[in-house]
Amino acid sequence: MNKTFARVLPRVLHALALAAFVAFALFPLFWLLKVSLTPDDLMYGEGVRLWPSRVTLDHYGAVLRHSQFPLFFRNSLIVSAATGLLATAAASAAGYAFSRFRFRGKAWVVGVMLISQMFPLIIIVAPIFRLLAPLGLTNSLTGLVVVYTAFNTPFAAFLMQSFFEAIPKDLEEAAMMDGATRFQALRHVILPLTLPGLAATGGFVFTAAWSELLFSLMLNSSAAVSTFPAGLLGFVSKFSVDFGQMMAAGVLALLPVGAFFLLIQRYLVQGLTAGAVKG
Amino acid sequence: MATITLSRVSKDYGGGPVLRGIDLEIREGEFVALMGPSGCGKSTLLRLIAGLEEPSGGQIHIDGRLVNDVAPKDRDLAMVFQSYALYPHMTVRENMSFALKQRRLPPAEITQAVEAAAVKLGLTNLLERKPKALSGGQRQRVAMGRAIVRNPKAFLFDEPLSNLDARLREQMRYEIRKLHRELGATSVYVTHDQVEAMTMADRIVALNDGAIQQVGSPQDLYDTPANLFVAGFLGSPPMNFLDATLAADGALVVEGQTLARVPPPAGLAPGATVTLGLRPERLALADPAEGVAARVDVVETTGTGQVAHLAIGAQRLKLFTMDGRRLAPGEVVGMVVPPDAPLLFDPGTGTRIA
Repeated sequence: MNKTFARVLPRVLHALALAAFVAFALFPLFWLLKVSLTPDDLMYGEGVRLWPSRVTLDHYGAVLRHSQFPLFFRNSLIVSAATGLLATAAASAAGYAFSRFRFRGKAWVVGVMLISQMFPLIIIVAPIFRLLAPLGLTNSLTGLVVVYTAFNTPFAAFLMQSFFEAIPKDLEEAAMMDGATRFQALRHVILPLTLPGLAATGGFVFTAAWSELLFSLMLNSSAAVSTFPAGLLGFVSKFSVDFGQMMAAGVLALLPVGAFFLLIQRYLVQGLTAGAVKG
Repeated sequence: MATITLSRVSKDYGGGPVLRGIDLEIREGEFVALMGPSGCGKSTLLRLIAGLEEPSGGQIHIDGRLVNDVAPKDRDLAMVFQSYALYPHMTVRENMSFALKQRRLPPAEITQAVEAAAVKLGLTNLLERKPKALSGGQRQRVAMGRAIVRNPKAFLFDEPLSNLDARLREQMRYEIRKLHRELGATSVYVTHDQVEAMTMADRIVALNDGAIQQVGSPQDLYDTPANLFVAGFLGSPPMNFLDATLAADGALVVEGQTLARVPPPAGLAPGATVTLGLRPERLALADPAEGVAARVDVVETTGTGQVAHLAIGAQRLKLFTMDGRRLAPGEVVGMVVPPDAPLLFDPGTGTRIA
């Protein structure tokens, strides 16, 4: 009896701790959903309740039909996808070089990339604006892609480096002995094994670009090229905040990120390198 | 099939030489073992032949062609890695086809070559499996298969058996040897295991500290080692080394007892100190009255015989005997050294004198 108890207790505590953590992490999301479904007349009338007595999809309808949110959403999708692709590609190349090659100045390159991650971006907003304006890259989605790619690539490169490090060198050497060039070895042997890493890195960059507000707000003033985080601010007016619509827009904005991770989670959890070497 | 010639090959990663002035000629169809302790440079030497590293100096020729600047893929050598390095996302069939696909052979030819190799290695039933669904021995076999489908100029093996358990290792030793006899391909085999080197190689290249210590047939190295390193590396239990004095009449005196008499080698002053090398299995037991008196310290039973750890004064040595006599610790036994058993080494340089 006592023994069973002693064996079960840690598991119960473990499960409780996990449940508490999950509840804590997911509660804001739940609140987002709850508010987005609450009719305007009940927003303040019912006090603080876990679930409104009546739900409505009106806010969603309003956001999709009467706001510019679909445009912001499209802009965000373009910017994030482009940033995700570009930064992941650049980061893979850099990460592979860091992991496999010895070259002069490697320590310096790594150092400079680290430094670029160290200061708050707000202090370089002005210089970036000055740089991009004459190039016609302010008020443009391309400008955002350029800036996001530049600032996400260093961290993504370190991430990719660690994924490449986890793949034994023997594998590409075996491919090279088997008649492949280094590039062919990379393409046929290393890249397929790096898919989880590429997915994780791509997901990270995509999400970072998707939720970025500062540059989007500072570099773009026209609504036509606003991304949705900047667009969300439109629901805050001088006199009121339309919480219902804002939250509905927030839920909609979560969808692509959620879908994206659902898509790549297979690669994230799969230990593709299992069985590569040793027993 | 190919000859591989190394002349004055050296390698330095920047922290001192890893290989120093390696001269070696590997003949067509020969099975050569590069043998030495870890860090002796044997794997580096193999990687230089493979083209995975560039030599810092010297020249490497394959079939008479200078290959210093030739990429690994263009050397037509197959390599079996210690880790096997199987492509984890490919099935056994795809693993074995990879090299042939790189060469753009017609699919029918690839299938035929892969299946023939699979039959040879007993992999036919495993062709559609991924490496992670294979046992260690099976992975090892796939690694071999990947090498033999190519029919390369030479095979390079980098400690291919060290991840297997003892029984499998013995079996694979035999199979690799048999494959070599069938294919007749030049093979270079890196190992730190003297048993592998002894049992498999036509010739052993003993390496230490980045330099070749001796090259020769396993028996040559065993019987007439060039120096203390080679003498100590080969043999299990290893050779005994005793501090001895060489008297004018050729008597080898250890701790006041004459162990054996040898023809006095030229150039040694009477009374010179030498390192005396004695193989444990060359020593014989006798009555305490007859031979050299030695005290039994520890006895190990091997099944085929006994290894007796003996003490002569302050010096210790091992004796291997297959006569059924039971030895007890503490007992004093006689030991006889056949006249042709002693090997003499210079205690300073380690070189063999006689």
